[in-house]
Amino acid sequence: MSNSSIGWWGVVIGVLAGSVRGGTPFLLVSLGECLTEKSGKINLGLEGVLLMGAMSAYAVSYKTGSSLCGVAAAAGVGALLGMIHALMVSRPRVNDIAVGIAMLIFGSGLAFYLGKPYIEPSAPQLPGIPLGAWSSVAQIRAALSISPLFVFGVVVAFLMHWFFRSTRWGMHVRAVGDSPAAARAMGLSVGRTRFLAIVCGSALGGMGGAHLSLFYPGAWTERISSGQGLMAVALVIFARWNPVHCLWASLLFGGAQSIGPALQAVGISTGYYLWNASPYILTLLVMMATCSTKRTLVGAPGALGTSS
Amino acid sequence: MNNPPPPRHNKPFDIELVNVTKRFGSFVANDKVSLKVPAGTFHALIGENGAGKSTLVKCIMGYHSAEEGDILVENRSVEITSPFHACQFGIGMVYQHFTLVPAMTVAENLLLSRPDMPAVINWKLELDRLRQFMKTAPFQIDLGLCASELAAGQKQKVEILKQLYLDSRFLILDEPTSVLTPVEADEVLGLVKEKVKAGDLSVLLITHKFREVFGFCDDVTVLRRGKMAGGGKVKDLSADALAAMMMGGQREAKVVAKTARQRGPAALELKNLCANKDSGVPAVDGVNLTVHEGEIVGIAGVSGNGQRELVEVIAGQRLATAGEIKVHDQAYGATRREAFEHKVFLLPEEPLRNGCVPQMSVGENIGFRSFDRPPLTRARILVNRSAIRCFARELITRFSVKTRSSETPIGDLSGGNVQRAVLARELGSGTAKVLVTANPCFGLDFAAVESIHSQITEARNRGVAVLLVSEDLDELLALADRLLVISHGQFVHETTPAQADIKAIGHHMAGH
Repeated sequence: MSNSSIGWWGVVIGVLAGSVRGGTPFLLVSLGECLTEKSGKINLGLEGVLLMGAMSAYAVSYKTGSSLCGVAAAAGVGALLGMIHALMVSRPRVNDIAVGIAMLIFGSGLAFYLGKPYIEPSAPQLPGIPLGAWSSVAQIRAALSISPLFVFGVVVAFLMHWFFRSTRWGMHVRAVGDSPAAARAMGLSVGRTRFLAIVCGSALGGMGGAHLSLFYPGAWTERISSGQGLMAVALVIFARWNPVHCLWASLLFGGAQSIGPALQAVGISTGYYLWNASPYILTLLVMMATCSTKRTLVGAPGALGTSS
Repeated sequence: MNNPPPPRHNKPFDIELVNVTKRFGSFVANDKVSLKVPAGTFHALIGENGAGKSTLVKCIMGYHSAEEGDILVENRSVEITSPFHACQFGIGMVYQHFTLVPAMTVAENLLLSRPDMPAVINWKLELDRLRQFMKTAPFQIDLGLCASELAAGQKQKVEILKQLYLDSRFLILDEPTSVLTPVEADEVLGLVKEKVKAGDLSVLLITHKFREVFGFCDDVTVLRRGKMAGGGKVKDLSADALAAMMMGGQREAKVVAKTARQRGPAALELKNLCANKDSGVPAVDGVNLTVHEGEIVGIAGVSGNGQRELVEVIAGQRLATAGEIKVHDQAYGATRREAFEHKVFLLPEEPLRNGCVPQMSVGENIGFRSFDRPPLTRARILVNRSAIRCFARELITRFSVKTRSSETPIGDLSGGNVQRAVLARELGSGTAKVLVTANPCFGLDFAAVESIHSQITEARNRGVAVLLVSEDLDELLALADRLLVISHGQFVHETTPAQADIKAIGHHMAGH
């Protein structure tokens, strides 16, 4: 067995590599959702955006032969879907959760319909950044081949943190999300701020999809996302609406997701499906450990989920 | 009308309203109102609740556009389209409802209000500047505190600081002192007055307090039901003349006198009660208190010393970290069942936030205490809507809540009427045994204050145990049988209004 050279280290490396590889879509989608929710609206449609992003990235990459064009297309399609969501929720008495669920079904349905012809052919993939070139061990080289979109996501996470704290636009987004009445008193346009936040957030979600189809697992299938877009929404709550915490939470979820495959790789397949459920169990445990009846959720935007 | 960006004024300027009329549907909120505030003067705008004062100033701020009439800035007709636009003119307003972003710190809120806020903020530099500004400020607030953790009085201070920070030259103050202690109010208005005297500022002050009109203002305009009821130089007018203008010649109501009565058995007891702020910092620190039947116990203190948390614990909005509450000698956990059993009623501060569902109708809000009990239920599980409506209408009339109908969302009512509606719900049934109330007269005109004070005194005369938490010392001295001063979450002083030494109370309130 080729694994024998590194033995149990294979599991650790597998999980670490998985947390980066599998965590990237969580990261990008949760950052997008974080931006959206900070402006006071919820976008449950990001699962649909993720699928549309994955499909269009793969299709465009296949047609043009450039994976970068694919990523750009995914972001564009995400922004477009975000625009539909934003226009709908900006109407009075429109519930953002209901619109989000409609957009989720619309986005995934459209992706399956348009994506049928692209299930078979293989499209150019995003090149990995070979951080493991120094090593002669194949697993380490494979594990340290990092997705450029992960690097992008890390940069965006820290940038967004800084954006919320130290830029005018960022403060406007927070003000609009926390107290639309106060924002209006300051002469801010609540509608426009939310529109832009939702569109940008959705574009990030689309890029998360590009990672799925162009890097890992690296092909377009209908089961490619398996609810990651929805989990990313929950992850934002878990990360307390803090972009940097979104990064750690995404890594944790990505890692948990890859425990099963990593164990299988060293020949342990007992409880494979149980291990695969670990991200969900983890979510429940963390939520139980961190919730408190005595305090309200610190960081939750005040106007989130209200019709104001 | 084409509006070039106005030049920002570095000096105060004349502002004049000419025949301003504002309608909401068929309702005329302002009917041909004219007033002039010459540069560098202190102008008072007074009137009862619903007289159209807030609507009028919102026309100046660009919130509403007036249907008829003109707004003149330096004798030039302008159309102010938004609060932001008003700010460009150098016109700023402190609102009756707070406009701070709760999740942001005081520093962030101050910076956010600036129209010329830099696109990228250098926090080190800005914090230095803010600290520099705070050195010249009349009151000190920790810049790092979250706005949501501030009590009403502190929020009001930040609102005023914000306008000073913005360097506004025409300042509209919408009842700015209603949550301040008299000493604080004098201090704040005194400082504003100094700025007016120095020729840095003009002020339009909306108020109910004659003391403030006579103490600080140069001119006064009185509104009644949307119309001009009079005005002129303050020094030419008497308090009686102003009251007559405001009330339209009606005789003012009298506060019910307290009857002498024997103190009854203990009704509400707090034993070593502790509670935390939202941030987890202790706010109430081992408080012991007994309120007997038929007495009003007043709690005085500067806002932010644990009063809010104390009331929230008794109201069941916050968990105590230690200690216990007893009502009629039984442990009390503030559940709906216990509150009903012991007839514990509440008149919270900011009633729209703490005691109402703003989107629900006035009638439904009035029915909150009793909608799930006969006679307002059908077959014990169905709510009888028409019975609730009848029940509510009767109380709306009895407590003279001014609302278009019982079906109007309560959030659309003016502050005084929301308070009256809550009062109707809590005291309307006449069964209360314990009444806990916090700043019940925040931002109300004096007719409303008198009616609420009368209701509270009447309840006490009936044998209700009343806990009155207030930041208005005058109110406490008028109503309370016993007075406690709270500072840093502990009672530090106890006295009775008869023996009260204002200096000593102020000393203890300040935490010395």
